[in-house]
Amino acid sequence: MATEQFTGAEIVIKALKDQGVDTVFGYPGGAVLPIYDAIFKQNDIKHVLVRQEGGAVHAAEGYARSTGKVGVVLVTSGPGATNAVTGLTDALLDSIPLICLTGQVPTHLIGNDAFQEADTTGITRPCTKHNYLVRDIESLSRTMHEAFYVAQNGRPGPVVIDLPKDVQQGKIDTYLAPEDVKHRSYRPQVNGEVDHINEAVELIANAKRPVFYVGGGVINSGSSASTVLTELVRLTGAPCTTTLMGLGAYPGTDKQFLGMLGMHGTYEANLAMYNCDVMINVGARFDDRITGVIDEFSPDSKKIHIDIDASSINKNVMVDIPIVGDAGRVVEEILRIWKEKKHSLDAKSLKAWWSRIDEWRAKDCLGYVQDGPIIKPQHAIKRLYELTKDRKPYITTEVGQHQMWAAQYFHFDEPKKWMTSGGLGTMGYGLPAAVGAQLAHREDLVIDISGEASFMMNMQELGTIAQYRLPVKIFVVNNQWMGMVRQWQQLLHGNRHSESYSDALPDFVKLAESFGLKGMRCEKAEDLDQMLQEMIDSPEPVIFDCQVAKEENCYPMIPSGAAHYEMLLGPEDTAAKPISEEGMVLV
Amino acid sequence: MAPMDTNIESRTIAVLVDNEPGVLARVIGLFSGRGYNIESLTVTEVDVAHGLSRITVVTSGTAQILEQIKAQLGRLVPVHRVRDLTKEGTSVERELALIKVAGAGEKRVEALRIADIFRARVVDSSHDHFVFEMTGKSDKLDVFVDLMQPLGLIDVSRTGVVAISRGAKAL
Ligand SMILES: Cc1ncc(C[n+]2csc(CCOP(=O)(O)OP(=O)(O)O)c2C)c(N)n1
Ligand SMILES: [Mg+2]
Repeated sequence: MATEQFTGAEIVIKALKDQGVDTVFGYPGGAVLPIYDAIFKQNDIKHVLVRQEGGAVHAAEGYARSTGKVGVVLVTSGPGATNAVTGLTDALLDSIPLICLTGQVPTHLIGNDAFQEADTTGITRPCTKHNYLVRDIESLSRTMHEAFYVAQNGRPGPVVIDLPKDVQQGKIDTYLAPEDVKHRSYRPQVNGEVDHINEAVELIANAKRPVFYVGGGVINSGSSASTVLTELVRLTGAPCTTTLMGLGAYPGTDKQFLGMLGMHGTYEANLAMYNCDVMINVGARFDDRITGVIDEFSPDSKKIHIDIDASSINKNVMVDIPIVGDAGRVVEEILRIWKEKKHSLDAKSLKAWWSRIDEWRAKDCLGYVQDGPIIKPQHAIKRLYELTKDRKPYITTEVGQHQMWAAQYFHFDEPKKWMTSGGLGTMGYGLPAAVGAQLAHREDLVIDISGEASFMMNMQELGTIAQYRLPVKIFVVNNQWMGMVRQWQQLLHGNRHSESYSDALPDFVKLAESFGLKGMRCEKAEDLDQMLQEMIDSPEPVIFDCQVAKEENCYPMIPSGAAHYEMLLGPEDTAAKPISEEGMVLV
Repeated sequence: MAPMDTNIESRTIAVLVDNEPGVLARVIGLFSGRGYNIESLTVTEVDVAHGLSRITVVTSGTAQILEQIKAQLGRLVPVHRVRDLTKEGTSVERELALIKVAGAGEKRVEALRIADIFRARVVDSSHDHFVFEMTGKSDKLDVFVDLMQPLGLIDVSRTGVVAISRGAKAL
């Protein structure tokens, strides 16, 4: 009996299938043609043709983040691989599990400056969790499965597999299945240290002013992590705030939820962080957008930090109880001990704590006045939320003011519904990410909350939306400025708006129509609800040009170099509290 | 919040890694990308059967930075083990140097005399040069190199520090 022979390309496809992959986002080229040929000959894996490789990576991120699965990308060598670099860096900073297959020139040409050769493993080494150059077909199936293991275990991240063309075309009669492959060294710690967990429970039980500070790690840990976290927070009765990446890890409409914290977080969330006596950080990383000036970050609290990545602990902020482990598992254990010991927080202190928080809440820091015909951007997003919330939409965003307003005015009661570029802040993320989310959830409502400038960065993906008839709604908060840049120029650079005007914009309605999509434009507040409803009800992809007040600023704001208690709540505050010189040099 | 320690200390860290392409670039890239110091770095395969290499890196920083360095090294995928040889008990540290001194007459005699005191071996010589081989702690090598300076030192090649913990336990 003749043994079955596989080409390298067939092994790639077989390994993807065995890893449960159903969708690949990609763009062809000379160095990956054998893999494209293998794709042609099968029906299990759907290939989605994007319009630029950068779009493929963000689409795979949207797919991954909305499903909890690994996103898969396929690009050619040289320019295909270099176009993927921004997306890979984005996925690294936001801990998104991705596999990016890159074509490479044949092994005997590597190092010769061959046509479309780039040192892909060299270029992507600092922007991936790990990468591989597969030099021989014998190691191909092992490498594929190892890469999937690495991408999803521990702190998730992107993994590149560089595949020389001769390896794709070679033949072999052996294939290792996923269960035959065990990584030699990589064994992330998932169960937290028992002693530290016990100490943490005691510390929480004795807290007078506790606050839960929750990040994207809880979402990465899986839906059950959100469930146990929510149960723990409710059982204690303590307030809870989340980072930008953590939105949806705790129900956004719950009364114990303080809203997002950080640079554009709520007054109550930031002051609770500043004034707490016990901080429970679950899967967040004390990022500089969260802490403000580090010397004045929550000076009087004892801090517990739960993180699967030991290098996140004591990096920016020294903590009292470090727990290295998976957020879901550790919280589950804390919850178990809490119940077993029948702990409860001191009712009197907790009541006093909440009454202070309620005073901060009474400031209504997200309040705005919508009067007259000009649409306030906050109002546009708030109405979008109100009119869509029953459908539990998937929301992606670009980067800028609209992103922050979306984080402030949209509320997420479940994880995996919110996708935004947090760590890298990549304009152009949201449109392709919406493509990925819509492909994973064909029947659901998917909206990219966009800015007119960010939209232009990956608008070529309108072609992908058109080709696959993806009913994505692109809601352009059109203020005709790179609003966030304009805001910083106003606050920090004497109102000199250097190169931040969105000039020569396309006619968004005609642009939509030219791709065969529906285009809508709303200019008056009185039309907003009815037009939003029309967009939501449309079975088609829609670009919605929402023309909003041009010079609205995003508040609250902790200016760079300032502390949590130095928040600016609105224009009046801004005039009263000029930004320090130390603050000016920070990003 | 615990006050930050601003004392700069030097540490010798041993890292056991898979001997795979790119692993050294990963370690070096980590140090340069995050702005950590490398005072010395050595690497070679130490277990051929299992394909393991050992990296010895001497670095410096505040206690907090040093803990970061170890945690960052620990999360690289091909890293098996990270040990702080300075902090975790005592260790033996050695470096090897090859030192070329050229010249004749008085200076040549003096170079040979000092080499003898320092137990440097002559591994190559001609009528107008010596190559000395010397093993020892890095500061001892520093002193020897300094002394050779006025005596015709023209070339130095050093391995960087290798280190191993004292006692019966393995890495
Ligand atoms: C790729 C990239 N380039 C530049 C920036 C810097 N940047 C941050 S926000 C912003 C303006 C975004 O404008 P727009 O999309 O219109 O959003 P708005 O702030 O007006 O809501 C810019 C240029 C970035 N985040 N990403
Ligand atoms: Mg704008």
